[in-house]
Amino acid sequence: MVNDIAIVGYAQSPSWRASELTEPQFLFPVISEAIERAGVERREIGFTCAGSCDYLSGQTFAFVMNLEAVGAWPPISESHVEMDGAWALYEAWVRLQHGDIDTALVFGSGKSSPGKPAEIYPLQMDPYTLTPLGADPVSLAALQARAMLDAGKITEREMAEIAARSRKSAIGNPYAQVSGDDDPEALLKEPYVTAPLRRHDLPPISDGACAIVLATADKAKALSKRPVWIRGIDHRIDIHQPGMRDLTESPSTRLAGKKAGVGDAKVDVAELSATFSHQEKLLCEELGLGDDVEINPSGGALAANPVMAVGLARFAEAARQIAEHGKHRVVAHATSGQALQQNLVAVLEGD
Amino acid sequence: MGLTRPPRSPERGVGGGWAPTCGGKPERVLLPSTVPADKRLTTHTIEFPYTRTLGPVYSAFLTGMRDGQILGIKSRDGRVLCPPTEWDPNTGEGLETDFVEVGPGGVVTTWAWVTEPTSKHPVDHPFAFALIKLDGADTALLHAVDAGSMDTMQTGMRVTARWKADRVGHITDVEAFVPEAAK
Repeated sequence: MVNDIAIVGYAQSPSWRASELTEPQFLFPVISEAIERAGVERREIGFTCAGSCDYLSGQTFAFVMNLEAVGAWPPISESHVEMDGAWALYEAWVRLQHGDIDTALVFGSGKSSPGKPAEIYPLQMDPYTLTPLGADPVSLAALQARAMLDAGKITEREMAEIAARSRKSAIGNPYAQVSGDDDPEALLKEPYVTAPLRRHDLPPISDGACAIVLATADKAKALSKRPVWIRGIDHRIDIHQPGMRDLTESPSTRLAGKKAGVGDAKVDVAELSATFSHQEKLLCEELGLGDDVEINPSGGALAANPVMAVGLARFAEAARQIAEHGKHRVVAHATSGQALQQNLVAVLEGD
Repeated sequence: MGLTRPPRSPERGVGGGWAPTCGGKPERVLLPSTVPADKRLTTHTIEFPYTRTLGPVYSAFLTGMRDGQILGIKSRDGRVLCPPTEWDPNTGEGLETDFVEVGPGGVVTTWAWVTEPTSKHPVDHPFAFALIKLDGADTALLHAVDAGSMDTMQTGMRVTARWKADRVGHITDVEAFVPEAAK
């Protein structure tokens, strides 16, 4: 038995290449906006859960400082995941199942600009066989892209088309960092960064934040004219060693999508954390999303990539499609680890 | 040392320093300002004198690297996994420490050409990251291939380990893999 939980408020910061604000500083207006949009009092919120990464901040327990943006006095009930805010949302969704509280605040934030992501990310890998090689996310994604190219599952032209479409979609998105009207042919003439990936296949390095307010069914109906219902949510993980799994498949996405019920009815839109261009096609295949599904109308992670918030931002964008653009059934996806190792899938619906 | 025990102060001191007391209830004392500044300083060295074991599998794997051999481990379904793991990655079952020597040659199953290496990469000039299925193994190991030029690289090519002379029991005891013909 699963209780219905709805998204009743959401907000994002713009995605900046390098913000001069601290993480609590740019979180504060985002959290305030999400709470105001939800129409709840800050004091009413029963549970708060954050997603961020101390390695990006370079400081142990840096996440505690982000609570400055929440207001934690008198004491509040809160938790933190060292993961994307989408997993904080999952924890809050589980917490709300208990039924003793009716609202939860979740947020994700990250400031990648102070460090060198290519040198920090290898610390998330196996410390004996992968971290010492400096196994960075771009190289690992490039191994995956090459495997897909070799298997005939994608072409470099398709990758450029995904990037061009994402940038074009991002033109109207005030939170996006990369946007524009690019010709895929012109993009293909650019040099490789890490072959077979060119610059357009890579996400930007971003600072930014996202916040979402959840409510139980009765509370959501009282608060919102258009609550966005979380109809299914699940996350799964694949083998860590990149050489022990088939990089051209994502069994964890497939299983999470099945458990979340993606295929049970028609999907209008999907907001996918495809951090690298080729991953969009792989995710669409594993989730069974056909040509009739609009993919990443926000521009997706290729347009704005605030690490630790980018997955939660997919939920905010998916909720926007329902609450502001009248779409009915939207998929939100978040990922963690290298080359889509871990995946979270949710199905959101309007009334 | 010329430091005399400072006088006890009945004040619940503001400022000054804290001094230890021997047993009983801690008392607050103030260091008299007559103690010269250099005597109030002391140097502490924080040490973390831990030794670490890598467990039954990575210990054997990295000891093997030190000795110039690459080990895989047999899974219950008979596959050879390299790098070796303590648990079957598909089922989570514990594995017996049944090691098999693999490599040093193998086949590139996928690769990426790194144009600008970071300071953390094992090679300081353009190189390929590759997944390498070593001879005798059923899974692939991530490592660098020092191929000179991207044009040399292709999926399916054979490479072999180039060992460091001074090995310490580390994944980078293999400096890089190189195209087999170029060895």
